[in-house]
Amino acid sequence: MNITVTVNGETYERDVDPRRLLIHFIRDDLDLTGSHVGCDTGNCGACTILYNGDAVKSCMLLAVQADGAKIETVESLSANGELDGLQQAFSDHHALQCGYCTPGMLMSAKHLLDHNASPTEGEIRKGIQGNICRCTGYVNIVEAIKAASK
Amino acid sequence: MLLAAVEYARPTSLADALAALGRSENARALAGGQTLINVMKARAAQPDLLVDLADVAELRGISESSGSLEIGAMTTYSQLMDSSDVFGTRPVLSRVAGEIADVQVRNRGTIGGNVCLSDPTNHFPPLMVSMNASFTIVGPSGERTVNAGEFFQGVYITAVEPGELLTKITIPPAQGDGFAAVTIGKDGTCIVNAAATRNGETRFAIGCVGAVPVTSLDDIDPPSDVHGSAEYRRHLAKILVDRAIAEAGG
Repeated sequence: MNITVTVNGETYERDVDPRRLLIHFIRDDLDLTGSHVGCDTGNCGACTILYNGDAVKSCMLLAVQADGAKIETVESLSANGELDGLQQAFSDHHALQCGYCTPGMLMSAKHLLDHNASPTEGEIRKGIQGNICRCTGYVNIVEAIKAASK
Repeated sequence: MLLAAVEYARPTSLADALAALGRSENARALAGGQTLINVMKARAAQPDLLVDLADVAELRGISESSGSLEIGAMTTYSQLMDSSDVFGTRPVLSRVAGEIADVQVRNRGTIGGNVCLSDPTNHFPPLMVSMNASFTIVGPSGERTVNAGEFFQGVYITAVEPGELLTKITIPPAQGDGFAAVTIGKDGTCIVNAAATRNGETRFAIGCVGAVPVTSLDDIDPPSDVHGSAEYRRHLAKILVDRAIAEAGG
């Protein structure tokens, strides 16, 4: 099936098999490998992207469902090699250890801050509930998101 | 994960969606996909055609009239949380929607998918029963309305037959609702849940203790598993019914 998808402001037209998961389309067809595959069962959130502005897990969508959609991946955050405010806050607060969950954490945090510029700690924790960090570094992740908020 | 080969259709009207479902006995409706896609990865379901309901406008929207709520089947949990009509009329629906899984799942998962799955541990089935909701089902032979008591028929079985679609849920007015659950972790899968609705008399329904929501504490025969024994679930059921009824003001 032919689909047209806008990813990080660029429009792509591709022929995809309906059984192809959106995460594999993003990583393998578009070569945007920032979004990760962790559990592939919708639990870990490493594949989180913004889909028409909503945080979603791209391992639980088919690429064909995204026909006509506007997608933002972690690659959309930095521009010209400069980290954006959220990424800089993650760096400053040592909000990652192995880094595997970080792309999904960043996109969930961006979704939260897009909808709630000044979240409480409870709202931050609820906002990243769908993202699992197995280094258990949540304290610094919460601090980074707090620092990036207004 | 590579899924088994499947065809895909994205109709833009209810009539076209029903026609697409009629093309194959093994066609499945795709709502939010937060269960179905994973079930397909595990090969527990192998539909040959997915009929994506995303663009069927007739399945969307929330309206309130004289305290009665109509909720389109494709309404997401996030939309239930954010709707002033839902929050103003039946705040328990907004709250319970916000206790399901996580942000990403709530942005995709739908109330129609939740009830049509008829998973005994889901949040909405007991609430639909206590609220005395009615379900509008459309198929090739027309439209019919089914009461919540008859909608849930078994584990993964509802009154929606192959080739049919749930279009909307209608919730009659009431004076108060309550919902209480013990879950596996915060906002996790329910071990036992209970809902109550007061409308003169108070009705309650218990989830996770039988194939479908149960409306009596007598003779319940809950399952035992790693999360709780049958005896523990029986104990929880009584406490959670009390909490739900207290919240409903009954």
